Amino acid sequence: MVLSRGYEERLAAAYMEGKTPLFNMANGPLPGEMHLSNGQEPCAVGVCAHLRAEDTVTATHRPHHVAIAKGVDLRAMTAEIFGKQAGLSGGRGGHMHIFDPRVNFACSGIIAQGMGPAAGAALARKLRGEPGVAVAFIGEGAANQGAFHEVMNIAALWKLPFLCIIEDNGYGVSVMKKDSTAVARNDVRAAAYGVPGVYVPGNDPYAIYAAAGEAIERARAGDGPTLIEIETWRLAGHFMGDVEGYRPAGEKDALFARDPIPAMRQRMIAEKTATADDVAALEAEAKATLDAVFDYARSAAEPRPEEALEKVFV
Amino acid sequence: MVEPARRDNRRKRKLTIAKAISEAIAQEMERDSGVFVMGEDIAKLGGVFGNTQGLLDKFGPERVRDTPISETGFISMAVGAAALGLRPLVELMFVDFFGVCMDAIYNLAAKQAYFSGGHVKCPMVLMTSVGGGYSDAGQHSQCLYGTFAHLPGMKVVVPSNAYDAKGLMAAAIRDDNPVIFMMHKNLQGMGWLGTVAGATVDVPEDAYEVPLGKAAITRPGKDITVVGLGATVHQALDAAETLAKDGIEAEVIDLRSLAPLDREAVLKSVRKTGRLLVVDDDYKSFGVSGEIIATVAEAGIALKSPPQRLAYPDIPIPFARPMEQFALPNAGKVATLIRQMCQE
Ligand SMILES: Cc1ncc(C[n+]2csc(CCOP(=O)(O)OP(=O)(O)O)c2C)c(N)n1
Ligand SMILES: [Mg+2]
Repeated sequence: MVLSRGYEERLAAAYMEGKTPLFNMANGPLPGEMHLSNGQEPCAVGVCAHLRAEDTVTATHRPHHVAIAKGVDLRAMTAEIFGKQAGLSGGRGGHMHIFDPRVNFACSGIIAQGMGPAAGAALARKLRGEPGVAVAFIGEGAANQGAFHEVMNIAALWKLPFLCIIEDNGYGVSVMKKDSTAVARNDVRAAAYGVPGVYVPGNDPYAIYAAAGEAIERARAGDGPTLIEIETWRLAGHFMGDVEGYRPAGEKDALFARDPIPAMRQRMIAEKTATADDVAALEAEAKATLDAVFDYARSAAEPRPEEALEKVFV
Repeated sequence: MVEPARRDNRRKRKLTIAKAISEAIAQEMERDSGVFVMGEDIAKLGGVFGNTQGLLDKFGPERVRDTPISETGFISMAVGAAALGLRPLVELMFVDFFGVCMDAIYNLAAKQAYFSGGHVKCPMVLMTSVGGGYSDAGQHSQCLYGTFAHLPGMKVVVPSNAYDAKGLMAAAIRDDNPVIFMMHKNLQGMGWLGTVAGATVDVPEDAYEVPLGKAAITRPGKDITVVGLGATVHQALDAAETLAKDGIEAEVIDLRSLAPLDREAVLKSVRKTGRLLVVDDDYKSFGVSGEIIATVAEAGIALKSPPQRLAYPDIPIPFARPMEQFALPNAGKVATLIRQMCQE
């Protein structure tokens, strides 16, 4: 969580370079849209802590926390986000299209698009009799998309080793969950597909870890999919540049007061899982890693323009 | 061919396309109680691209509806509402997202009139934004003009400036057929993205129509016809400006709509100039550029040099700036091509 948070703090700073005083998304070393996941780190680590390289994960337009927790190559991912030749996709994808087949991670920018590919990976493992489960991370907004329902049904029908994790941050861009979703909680929708549905409140990494562990065990045992909805919160706007006028007054302050990272630090120290020194050492290590990663990505070479024409077919 | 209202000095001010569209929709909603708006982030937020600003306050949540991210649902619902005589205006913010609900568009909306022998109409507008150039990668930067213009049964509109945008939107809402209304992000006038200066122009306050299917000659010239749409109109105009200093007079045509397509305007111009260049930031093959050149070829017009096209190569749109800018058309590339063609 600390690595992911620090990662995005650096990304956010780099993103704003060349975009002040006049914000223009096209400018600076990190152009285009930028969707931050700060605040949602518990969802990523609580689930991915159970996963191995052979397990597939698909994520969304807001992918950094999940990619980091899944063990995506940080240097190559960062180079990709900076649009460099040494990036995971040679600069073709950018921050919404991170592919690292080494750890079976992919993400994309169309809502609920990851559902099918994850369930397809689960099918492939099942057909080949190989170990490996698949997890699709989506937002609560995506649970109203057809692909979500179609894939949940097939995955349940075929008892695939599949999990759908809904990160409920309360908003799809500006639209509140209560204005987009006919039920208060999406875990109840699992009943429509005859699979277990779990709701994890409080953005709590420990509770997420426990719920995901059970579901992944079930999937590995061949007992089929689980739907988990996690209450979480995004501490940033939908994308950078979003003025967030749609939030009720005071909401942001309240969310920051419940930032899951200080809460976990406190709990670890209180429960004596770690000392304050241990935590400080972890944080220092994350900082050193990030320094090296960002230095590398910034100084990496730009792609040649003509490389745009390559890799359309392989 | 300049619209009369464009020369009308009464009560006009410079508006961005976003503001002009919001105004057109508001005027049509006042005029016709059957017009209503739905889409993602269009109510409280006023649209990610600002096309529905102020509408929620003015018309309330019954007629201005934020939808869930359920495009097949709400776009096919628009078809059903249109069949009963309402005039839904639906927004889906990026054309790249149409994949999830394509059936509702090309099999349902576009064929309702035909399948019913003309008895059931589909008076709806589906508006969206198109285009790249700001490093948003291949699922947020496409134009797909050719894709929609290829499919029969829907009209396809691509404004290049705020004046046209307002008048075309009024015409689109009043039309009894489905209209796909495609607005280029480089022209839109959003605070978070740069805007080509020529897109923000004088717009009269009163409602007016710019008819669908009529191209505009945005700059007269005798040496070459340059056909563009949306953002490429401005690239062609910039190139023409540069070349005028060297004595090359390019005539620039803004197609304004692809279906119906004003083939006559293109033919008339090419008969005069004897040269044709099409500039398009949509994919090159099987698209607008090929269609325009085929139109001229079929008419058997004798050309002074082979017709050319400058379009997006047949590759997905890359994220990294050097690669994307390499692939996109721009004014410099247009000018170079025109020079070559006029020397031939
Ligand atoms: C099919 C499709 N429709 C619309 C969009 C535009 N869009 C991008 S993110 C987003 C909101 C998604 O909300 P949610 O699933 O809750 O994810 P969050 O952004 O909260 O992480 C929308 C509507 C899209 N990318 N794809
Ligand atoms: Mg959300």
